[in-house]
Amino acid sequence: MGGSASLIPRDLLSEYQELTFLSKQEILLAYKRFSELLPKEERENACSARVPKSQILTLPELRANPFQHQICHVFSTSETGDDSMSFEDFLDMLSVFSDSATSDIKSHYAFRIFDFDNDGILDRKDLEQLVNCLTGQGEESQLSSAEMEQLIQNVRPAGQGMGTSPGTGLSAHLPPQILEESDIDKDGTINLSEFQHVVSRSPDFASSFKIVL
Amino acid sequence: MRLSFHMFAVIAAAGIEFDGEVETDTESEEDEVKDKKTNKQHLRETGRASRLQSKKKEKDKEEKEDKEEDESKEENNGSQQNRASRRTNYQRKNRDGKKAREEGSRQKDRGKTAPNKDQKESENKEKKTTKRGKEGENKQKKGRKNSTSSASSNSSDEESLSEEELAMLKEQVEQKKKLISTMRNKPWRMIKKLSVLREAQDFVEKFEGALGKGKGKKLYAYKMMMAKKWVKFKRDFENFKTQCIPWEMKIKEVESHFGSSVASYFIFLRWMYGVNLVLFGLIFGLVIIPEILMGMPYGSLPRKTVPRAEQATAMDFSVLWDFEGYIKYSALFYGYYNNQRTIGWLKYRLPMAYFMVGISVFGYSLMVVIRSMARNANESTADGDDDNFIFSWKMFTSWDYLIGNPETADNKFASITTSFKESIVDEQESNKDENIHLRRFLRVLANVLIICCLCGSGYLIYFVVKRSQTFSKMQNVGWYERNEVEIVMSLLGMFCPPLFETIAALENYHPRIGLKWQLGRIFALFLGNLYTFLLALMDDVNEKLAEEDVVKNITHWTLLGHHNSSAGNDSTVTPPPLDPADVPRGPCWETTVGIEFVRLTVSDILVTYITILVGDFIRACFVRFVNYCWCWDLEAGFPSYAEFDISGNVLGLVFNQGMIWMGSFYAPGLVGINVLRLLTSMYFQCWAVMSSNVPHARVFKASKSNNFYMGLLLLILFLSLLPVAYTIMSLPPSFDCGPFSGKKKMYDVIQETIELDFPLFVAKIFSYMANPGLIIPAILLMVLTIYYLNAVSKAYQRANAELKKKMQMQREEEKNKRNNKSSTNPMMQDLEDLLTPSTKTESPSKQAEDKKIDSPNVTSPSRKPGRGEVLAGGPMAGGRGAAFTPPSPVFVTQPRTLGVWAPYPGQPRPWGHPLRPVPGRGRGQPCYPRAAR
Repeated sequence: MGGSASLIPRDLLSEYQELTFLSKQEILLAYKRFSELLPKEERENACSARVPKSQILTLPELRANPFQHQICHVFSTSETGDDSMSFEDFLDMLSVFSDSATSDIKSHYAFRIFDFDNDGILDRKDLEQLVNCLTGQGEESQLSSAEMEQLIQNVRPAGQGMGTSPGTGLSAHLPPQILEESDIDKDGTINLSEFQHVVSRSPDFASSFKIVL
Repeated sequence: MRLSFHMFAVIAAAGIEFDGEVETDTESEEDEVKDKKTNKQHLRETGRASRLQSKKKEKDKEEKEDKEEDESKEENNGSQQNRASRRTNYQRKNRDGKKAREEGSRQKDRGKTAPNKDQKESENKEKKTTKRGKEGENKQKKGRKNSTSSASSNSSDEESLSEEELAMLKEQVEQKKKLISTMRNKPWRMIKKLSVLREAQDFVEKFEGALGKGKGKKLYAYKMMMAKKWVKFKRDFENFKTQCIPWEMKIKEVESHFGSSVASYFIFLRWMYGVNLVLFGLIFGLVIIPEILMGMPYGSLPRKTVPRAEQATAMDFSVLWDFEGYIKYSALFYGYYNNQRTIGWLKYRLPMAYFMVGISVFGYSLMVVIRSMARNANESTADGDDDNFIFSWKMFTSWDYLIGNPETADNKFASITTSFKESIVDEQESNKDENIHLRRFLRVLANVLIICCLCGSGYLIYFVVKRSQTFSKMQNVGWYERNEVEIVMSLLGMFCPPLFETIAALENYHPRIGLKWQLGRIFALFLGNLYTFLLALMDDVNEKLAEEDVVKNITHWTLLGHHNSSAGNDSTVTPPPLDPADVPRGPCWETTVGIEFVRLTVSDILVTYITILVGDFIRACFVRFVNYCWCWDLEAGFPSYAEFDISGNVLGLVFNQGMIWMGSFYAPGLVGINVLRLLTSMYFQCWAVMSSNVPHARVFKASKSNNFYMGLLLLILFLSLLPVAYTIMSLPPSFDCGPFSGKKKMYDVIQETIELDFPLFVAKIFSYMANPGLIIPAILLMVLTIYYLNAVSKAYQRANAELKKKMQMQREEEKNKRNNKSSTNPMMQDLEDLLTPSTKTESPSKQAEDKKIDSPNVTSPSRKPGRGEVLAGGPMAGGRGAAFTPPSPVFVTQPRTLGVWAPYPGQPRPWGHPLRPVPGRGRGQPCYPRAAR
């Protein structure tokens, strides 16, 4: 602990504390974990080195996460687009995922993580990919395309609700679906503010959007 | 990207007016270039053109140039480059001392240009300011060339800062500080944050220094310094506090493997440990340690001595294990304490302390539980019951990012998939209830079976406790007979929950509902067992009380006889006192109760640990190693690995705590045992979970159930308070043991203290206060307060619900407006059907209205043009509003005729609400397609 503490300059450390939601111990622990990902010869200057994505994904905290690639992509500042991470990127990530981060910033990054094609909106493709991520890789656990369709858009299953005209009481019992629920401006996509609106109401978003080293 | 960072940094450094922008800017980096533009505009508009500003601008330029040179980024706009190149030579020569000198010269400039300033300020034009800036620059250069002594005149210039400038500076400094403190909330990259932070810090440092100079400003500087120190201290303290939280890493490890629900059990365990530590401190610090240090030593009194008959075996382990022998006559139990009013040289009032600690244990526990419940409730006010976004939440927030274990992740995938599928086919499920009679029969059957189980277990315990009373009178009973009660209770607690689970399979409930039923049943079982045990114990106590009267006389006569006999033998010598071990003594029911609770707790601990060891660990070992040579797959098949039973464990913990609360008055040492238990079970269970359990097949989140645990705890606390309060208030204490011996009731100790230790008027006041004439009104007042507060909270709830409704309606309205579609709210459509005709004729008779409701087609043709207008025109088309008379009067005058509006009581004019921009739209429009159809 003491050894790694001396590797981050004091003022930089206090600046990191100022800029992240992490405490001193957490930053030092993050530094330790980060430098462990580096090859031996680079450990001396871990602050300036970059860890390739493949190494980052070996972290047990990210190993099982279905959004691991997206997380790396969102937090990486690499110019070449190889999603490698510097120590500061790493700290950025931990700060967002830390316990004390506000749900505002959490939802901001959650949006960017869910935005698979980086176009600033969640459209149907993004949502489909999101559902696929959430339901895992296994073939048997994936939803069928009809189910997916129904989940994402407000399509009633065949044979259900056909006989009843819209506007009568029965439609209220059908579950509203994702786009129906959260797409407030009805442009077929979910933008950041809509997303934050939805997520901020959730009772357990802030408690589950969390990674602790 | 780098460039934009750089530019932003420059702008931020340029800062004065930009600060506002910088702070409110939560956009990502792509917007920064735009920012710059807007900043410039902003500058132009707000251009107060004060001296300070011009000074700032100069500084900006210089700093910009500095950076441009430093990093050789020439991509900035041309004019700057020119200027830069103009000045490059000079700056390169003496960059070192430049800043200080610059400042000095600038301030000089300011002094020179001061007279002109006011006129220029009034004009507020960019050109002029820039011109002046250039002038200033020139002057600066001149100044620099002319006098190197300008730096020395710096300080004198500094003081010439006028008041408003100071105020402005202060404001900026404050802004910067705010920026620094809120920086972490911004979704920026670290590099950007770092650079912005550094700039801001430099700025603050510099100008704080400037503000600090001069007379009367020392205080400011001092305050600033202290504020800085305070922030640092707070941060260090936070760091320290987080370091002090025990088992954080352990819990985190469990959390990452099993998700947050299992971790919530351990967090609860940790919380319980904290509470118990406080109770332990109270009891040990105020009762046990004073007694050991200052009380009469062991052997000095009959109550502190093992009776002669038991002395031979008092140190045997088998006796000690039953908490008899030396342990029974120790400070761990009620009977050991003496009824001396004060002990030791401190005149410590031990009986009083004993009583007060007994009360404060409950008081503290109640306070802590209720406080944490209130805190949880406050935290979870984020509309957990808002069912607007079920699907979105399932999608966006269902992944638990803490999961780091692939197995748990697989389970989580599966559970998410099921939940998706479940909600998709929910509708079909509700339709296909074909065999409802069978299911009903099965559910009733299951409940009957479970009630039979509960009754049986209750009777069994009652029977066993009764039997144990006969055993206790007999001599030479075996180990089993002595521990029968505990064994039976533990076995029931072990085997009944799985039995319930098996029976619950009949019911075929949804797992979530099933879990609730299961919890309720286990709770009923435990509670029934506990109370049967208590009732049986009460019988025991009453018997002991009867026995006591007899013994009291015997003791009295023995002592008297001893005195007489010694007096009769020879009156010259003082008689040797009777050995305390020989004095016959009463049964001391308090100690008996205490021992029962301690035994129960210990056996509970043992059973829990053995269950974990056998049920989890041995099973896991067996499955793991025998699997290599077995006919079927043990891991996937029958025994498999155990799951961590959250509900059972939580209930066990809660009931254990209830036992501690009940027993701690009669066995002060019980809390110490419990602290040890919690400590060991933290490590033991953590280990067991990590080594031999598998994650749940259905991973569910814990956040909502937090208050559930607390609610259980509160219930148990209340239930355990009852018997203790009953015994204290209504049973007479034993005559020869315990701190209250010799008194009629235990609470007499308070009266005694008041009478003897307080001045007379206090006693009087107390006697008045104890008067029923005062107590009954007080209780009445409290009841009324509760009633009032309850009513207020109900009103708030209603208001809340109303606001929610309003918001929902607004949202619907918004939706309609945006997508020009028919209203999605069926209720509104129904209402439209009703309203459209009624608005046409203000006050017709009822029949007429009804008729019109029945025939909406009549009205529709006349409105057709209006609809066309809407489709073609903007949303605020005036024709529509005019065509539609404001319906609010209708609503106000005839609220009862419209049954649809019943859910919105107390909402006088929902239609006329100012927040709805187009009142007629959402309601009037959708009825046309239907009418036309």
